[in-house]
Formats: sequence, structure tokens, C-alpha cells
Amino acid sequence: MNLRENIRLALSSLLANKMRALLTMLGIIIGIGAVIGIVTVGDSLTYAFTSTMADMGVGNIIVGLQQKENELTQITPVTYSMATPTADDLMTTEMLDQLQETYPEQMLAYSVTEAVGSGQARDGRQYANLSISGVNPGYVDANDFELLTGRFINESDLERGRNVIVVTDRVAENCNTTPDELLGKQLRVTLQDGNVQNFTVIGVYEYEASTMTAMMGGVSASDQDTTTGAYIPVTTAKKLTGGEDGFEMATVVVREGVDSAIFASTVHTFLNVFYQNNPDFQCMVISMDSMISLMGDMMGTISLAVAVVAGISLIVGGIGVMNIMLVSITERTREIGTRKALGAPNSAIRIQFIVEAVIICIIGGILGIVTGVVMGAVGASLLGYPAVPSVTAIILAVTFSAIIGIFFGYYPANKAAKLDPIEALRYE
Amino acid sequence: MSEYIIDMQDIVKKFFIGEPNELTVLKGLTIQVPEHQFVAVVGESGSGKSTLMNIIGALDRPTSGSYTLDGVDIARASDSELSHIRNQKVGFVFQNFNLIPRTSALKNVELPMLYAGVSPRRRTERAKALLEMVGMGERMKHMPNELSGGQKQRVAIARALANDPAILLADEPTGALDSETGRLVMDLFHRLHDEQGKTIVLITHNDQLAEETERLIRISDGAIVDDVMKVAAS
Repeated sequence: MNLRENIRLALSSLLANKMRALLTMLGIIIGIGAVIGIVTVGDSLTYAFTSTMADMGVGNIIVGLQQKENELTQITPVTYSMATPTADDLMTTEMLDQLQETYPEQMLAYSVTEAVGSGQARDGRQYANLSISGVNPGYVDANDFELLTGRFINESDLERGRNVIVVTDRVAENCNTTPDELLGKQLRVTLQDGNVQNFTVIGVYEYEASTMTAMMGGVSASDQDTTTGAYIPVTTAKKLTGGEDGFEMATVVVREGVDSAIFASTVHTFLNVFYQNNPDFQCMVISMDSMISLMGDMMGTISLAVAVVAGISLIVGGIGVMNIMLVSITERTREIGTRKALGAPNSAIRIQFIVEAVIICIIGGILGIVTGVVMGAVGASLLGYPAVPSVTAIILAVTFSAIIGIFFGYYPANKAAKLDPIEALRYE
Repeated sequence: MSEYIIDMQDIVKKFFIGEPNELTVLKGLTIQVPEHQFVAVVGESGSGKSTLMNIIGALDRPTSGSYTLDGVDIARASDSELSHIRNQKVGFVFQNFNLIPRTSALKNVELPMLYAGVSPRRRTERAKALLEMVGMGERMKHMPNELSGGQKQRVAIARALANDPAILLADEPTGALDSETGRLVMDLFHRLHDEQGKTIVLITHNDQLAEETERLIRISDGAIVDDVMKVAAS
């Protein structure tokens, strides 16, 4: 009895009971569909997360202030920003410069920012919405930043606190000019507090809607209104905001080839020397690498949970298949008796029904994959990420449903194989 | 090697052995059927006729006694050996046809050859030839539910002949048919006997049909009460 014949038989017996076959498959369809759907959405999330991380620079180490543990924080273990750091607590440029000088081999630059907030550049009737950040030259290294024309903010801009600005080509577009013509122009910027400042444009970079802005829903209705990033020297920014001289957070850019996870602990030790005697604050350090691996661990845990749920639903589905196979065998007792009378060995009967169970499960599995891929695509597009159907999950799903078919088909098939031909032939 | 196709010596069949309701259905039957013989086994229901048929057809083993079918010892064969013997030596024709549903006439006839491991091409060739022979050449692709009773039984006979068995074992083959189609089926058996020299065992309670055969074995209460050879039956 060859396999092709068995498959043909199984299909014809399934077609004879379409509704029953479909209902039987439902458990498998739902189980496999749920796994593929969730895995697809999960993969898309991971993909979006890692690509955002890559945008931010994988090798970067983020340094920030963290409240020291004391009696108060132990009672209420919400450690972050219980107290506001004062000027004495903040990280200074001196500290970071010192770090840079101590580890020139490992460290490329550091980046500090001071958010100024939104502003509007006006040129007659034309305007462009800006989101202004004060930065230092290290920002370029921390963010893979590339200019279309002009230059970025340098040390001398920082030292003198010049009113210079780097804007996007969208600003040039909004002012009906080219990026090159925009260079050296004075831009009249109204800040959100009403303060009006003149800035000289020193550089223009290309605007692109990043994954991050897309994620935050930062795409405005019209191109004209789109808010784009603008950069001014961090010292100028401090003057405008009246902020304390120092930073709560900084990004350390690690040189290529340096293990950022290891260097992170070096940075941690180095900076905490400055905070030895600080009663409230210490430094904490996060490397992007470790965040990505943290995300990976998290997704792994979620995947495991999904796998367990799917496993349970597949077992339930498998029991459904077993049940329907038992019904089918009872219905076909005479057929089994006839086959035995015609000389079918027990093994042929057993294989026939196992193949039937496997076919039910594989068809269920395939329908489940289709359902899952559709669900995943819909889910991912609702979240605004590209859908990444997992090939591994699909292959696993088909294999697993075949295994379920064999496992839950074996008992009924064996029961059929062991029927007494005389009894079976006499069965009404 | 026996000169008989069916050689049964002192066959006893008991059920519920060792239990209080132990039942002896066959009480020491000795039957020998030479090649090319057309035998009828008749008996009332409850006479042990069906049990005898199961043993002749290698569906069951006797409790004691010896039975060789075409030189093969049945009494001591294992289950899987019995499957093989049924496949190769016995062609069953049932009262209610027992065609496999949702499977074409052609595929039904191919089935015993499928279990025998005959190649697909040879299977189909032989099945077609057999269906032509029983006059079903026009309906090879039909499903059993598209055939009349007489047509089904002809397909079943073609299927019984598939592996060229030593005996054709027909259990009330006309029992579910009207007298006209029953006649056609009986004619087919006679043709197979006369033209191809088939050894045929016909189990029936119909004396009229039994009279048509060469030999009549009458069973009552698990024993042979009559074994008549008719002279010049053909």
C-alpha cells in the first residue's frame, strides 16, 4: 500500500465530510494561527526596536544620573527621579572631558544635549516648525549624522555660545531656497516661550522620517507643518533655557571594535568616583548592546509563553483529531473488515488511518499558517511596523502538526488495525 | 502436498473456551475439495455455516483439526500470515458486495493487488481486463453508489479474481439481488468454473442454487449431514 494511494484515500474521505473535517481542524488552525500571528508581530516589534537602536548607534553607552539607594527608596522602590538633581549633582563637561582624555583608545566622543523645545523660523510669510536641541560636536558621532552642506557645531561655537543653527533641507524648501543658498542666512526663530532669536545657518542636513518619529506618530498632516530637528550649540541652549550648567544624561560614543558592554563598566567606575561623596546621586550606565540583548531576552520569554499556550491548544486540537478518527473508524468498520478480508495486513490499515490523521493536521496547519500570516500582517500594520513572517515558525508549525497527527492518529489507527475481520465484516 | 485445494481434517471450532457458556460450533468436519470443483455448502442459519466459511476463507483458525489451503497450513498460521493467505489464495464475494465507498470500480478491483504489492501499471491493466470480463468495462470509473446491485456484485467478483486466487469463496452472492440479476451472477460463476476452471465454494441456504453445483455439502448443527456428488453437472 503506497503513500500516494493513502493520501488519495484520506483526501477523498475528508472531502466526503467537509464540514466535519473543517471543524476538526479548527483546533489546529487556531493553535498554529495564533503562534504564527504572535510570532510575526513579535518579530516585527523586535525588528523595529533593533533598527531604531541601530539608528541611535549600537555602540553607544548612555550615562545618566540615578538616585542612590537609601532608607527612603527602599521603602518605596521607585528609584528614578525621586529627587531633582541640583547643579552640584549634575555631570559636568569637565567630568566627560576627563573621561575622554583617560580613555582615548576606547572612546570616540561624547554627546550631550539640552532640549530647547519647539520653535518657528519665519521668513516673511514662509515658516518652518523646528524642534530645537542644544548639542555638542559629539552628537555627530553618536547619531551617524551627515550634512548635505556646511558644517556642524564645533568646539569654538560651544566656547563662545554663538547663535548658530543646523537645520534640515525642509526648512530651505519651506523658504523657497536651496540648502546652499540657506547657508550663512540669518534665521529669525520664535521660541516657545515667545523669545525671538536670530541664528546664522551653518549647516543643512537631509530630513528623513525616522522609525522613531513614525513610532511616535510625529508625522504631521502637511509637509509645511512637519516639525524637523534643528541643532544649536549646547552652551547657547543653556543660556536660552536658563538651565544649570551640567547634564543629567550623556551619550558616550565607543570606538569601533571596542566591546561596549565591557567599556560600559569602566565608564561606570570612572564616573562614580565623582559621586563617591554625593549623598543622593550616582551614575548609571546602559549600553545599547545590553539593551538589545535585554530586548532579545524579553522576546524570548514571550515566545516561550506563546509556545506553551500554542502547545496546549495544539494538544486540544490533537485530541479533537483523535476523537474524529475514532468516529470515522467506527463508521468504517465494515470497510476495514473488507480490506482485511482482501488481505490488507494490520500495518496497511494502521498506516492508512495515520496518514488520514496527519493529512487533517497538515491541512489544518497550512490553514493555520495562512490565518497566522494574515493576522500577523494586520497586527503589524496596525502597530505601524513592517510584517516579518517567520519562516522558522512556519516550518516548525507544519512539522509540529504532522507530529500531532502521528501522535494522536496512532491510537485510533492501531485500534482499527487490530479489529477482528469477522466482527468487522458483520458490523452493521 | 495434498492433492486437494481444500483439505480439512476433523475441524473443531469452539467459542468461549473455558467459560461456562462454552460453545462447540463445528464438531469435527472433514471436507476435501479437489481443484476445479464447484461446491455448495448449505445449511440453516445457526448450523455453523458461517463459522465454516470463516475458516475456509482463512479469516479464522480452527480450535483443533488440520486445514491446508492450496498446500498452506492454515491452522498454525499467524495473523499476518493469514492476511497474506487471504490476499493470495482466497477471493471473497460477499452477500452485500462490500465495495469500498467513494472508490471507483477500477480502484476497488485494484485493491487486492495493491496489498500484494503489484506495480500500479500492471494493477490497472489487470483490473481493466477483469472488469471487461465481467461486463463492467463501461463503468470502470463509476463509484459504488452509482452502480446497481448486480453491477456491484460483478465488480466484487472481478475484485475477488484480482490475485488469481486458489478458491472463490462466495457467501450468499445472490442474497441481496432480485432473481433476475441473481441469475446473471450465478451464470457468471458457472462461466468462471466452466471456462477458467475456477474452484468455487458457494455458501447458501438456497437449495435451488445449490442444486446447480457439482457437489452439495449440507451442514446441520455443526456436522455434515449430507455430501452428494452430482454426476455430469456441467
